[in-house]
Amino acid sequence: MNSIGKQFSNSNHNNALSEIQQIQNLRSSSHQLELSPSISIPPISQPTDFLRAHTDDSKNPDCKIKIAHGTTTLAFRFKEGIIVAVDSRATAGNWIASQTVNKVIRINPMLLGTMAGGAADCQFWETWLGTQCRLHELREKERISVAAASKILSNLVYQYKGMGLSMGTMICGHTKKEGPTIYYVDSDGTRLKGDLFCVGSGQTFAYGVLDSEYHWDLSVEEALYLGKRSILAATHRDAYSGGSINLYHVNEQGWTYHGNYNVGDLFWEVKEKEQSFVNVEA
Amino acid sequence: MDIILGIRVSDATLIATSKAATRSISILKDDDDKTRELNKHNLIAFTGESGDTTQFAEYVQANIQLYSMRENDIELSPKATASFIRNQLATSIRSRKPYQVNCLIGGYDTKTGKPSLNWIDYLGTQVELPYGAHGYAAFYTTSLLDKHYREKMSIDDGLKLMDMCIDELNKRMPIDFKGVYIKVVDKDGIRLIK
Repeated sequence: MNSIGKQFSNSNHNNALSEIQQIQNLRSSSHQLELSPSISIPPISQPTDFLRAHTDDSKNPDCKIKIAHGTTTLAFRFKEGIIVAVDSRATAGNWIASQTVNKVIRINPMLLGTMAGGAADCQFWETWLGTQCRLHELREKERISVAAASKILSNLVYQYKGMGLSMGTMICGHTKKEGPTIYYVDSDGTRLKGDLFCVGSGQTFAYGVLDSEYHWDLSVEEALYLGKRSILAATHRDAYSGGSINLYHVNEQGWTYHGNYNVGDLFWEVKEKEQSFVNVEA
Repeated sequence: MDIILGIRVSDATLIATSKAATRSISILKDDDDKTRELNKHNLIAFTGESGDTTQFAEYVQANIQLYSMRENDIELSPKATASFIRNQLATSIRSRKPYQVNCLIGGYDTKTGKPSLNWIDYLGTQVELPYGAHGYAAFYTTSLLDKHYREKMSIDDGLKLMDMCIDELNKRMPIDFKGVYIKVVDKDGIRLIK
């Protein structure tokens, strides 16, 4: 019991803290230094290496800080605009940190951003993108294009490439000159325009359903259902996706929210209606 | 693994690039264009680390266009273009965060009336070749081109040879690359064949 407690307290067994302490002891060996004024900087030699050593699950499976990962998000273009659908589960390692995360960021009344990868990174930089878009509006007296907005974000994440940012996002919007547009932007610096994207650990499951039923002439009702159904498929098979589904529709009037659907209830409803999910007993 | 392939014929250079944009196990886009027009008679095709590729290509594109604006609309020759790009990559490899980009430059020199193909890798290696490829595509196609390439081929001969290479790649590559774009650079500029 005590040993478990120690892991999460500031005892000597904490790797991260003991590393910091070691360096601090090294620096303050000369007592005279403490008399002079000083500025505070991270007490580590290489911040990027430090971050990688303590947060990168793939390189160090028993790292102490697990960043929230694992998601399914999708967006697709069709005759009547864009559908955006996302799940709402946040996981940190094997721990389900939350079932009620809002993974769609409302950048402004015409622009939506989806969130996959590091929750903090997406949340921070997409709200930052919102301010940049507003500044563009004030300067140019014109609403920003989706192309320009997504490029602001992709150029930003490219500057931070290799420093540990983790995000996979879709910037969705409608402008007069572009029509309904989706850009995929990720933390590698990749930026792609396209009709249909699924992002996150459950992407393959969502693609499976979406690709099989998708066509351009979908009605709004059909499209909303298809988006919802694709996320449901992903939450069913991907352990890191779940919670509830958030649905959006984007057209020339801007985005409209089409509700939150608890996966636990929706699953049985869909199973009953479609006679699908035969592997699960009612 | 992306495919970029280039063949120089008598009065043109042909460039083929795969259409698939892949990340981990998903193909995110099946009509991605991995080329940028540097000026009227120079085309860059690129592969490598995602993010680096487009950033680098658009950076050199902007600088080459800036050169023409400053120097009275003088178009940089293929040789000069390739040297500039090689120099950028050679500087980059010695920096803290190098661009991991390999590229082919298809060009047509309007002064000498000669087409050219330049092969450049991320280390800053540059060679002028009759045909060349980057990545796994090179393993399958170089032997094929060694056997079937001839001096003095027409554009049509070149396109036939290109199709042979694409057929072989389709047959032997384990991953679907969603077909290719084929572009031609000749005296009339750059145009998409298919």
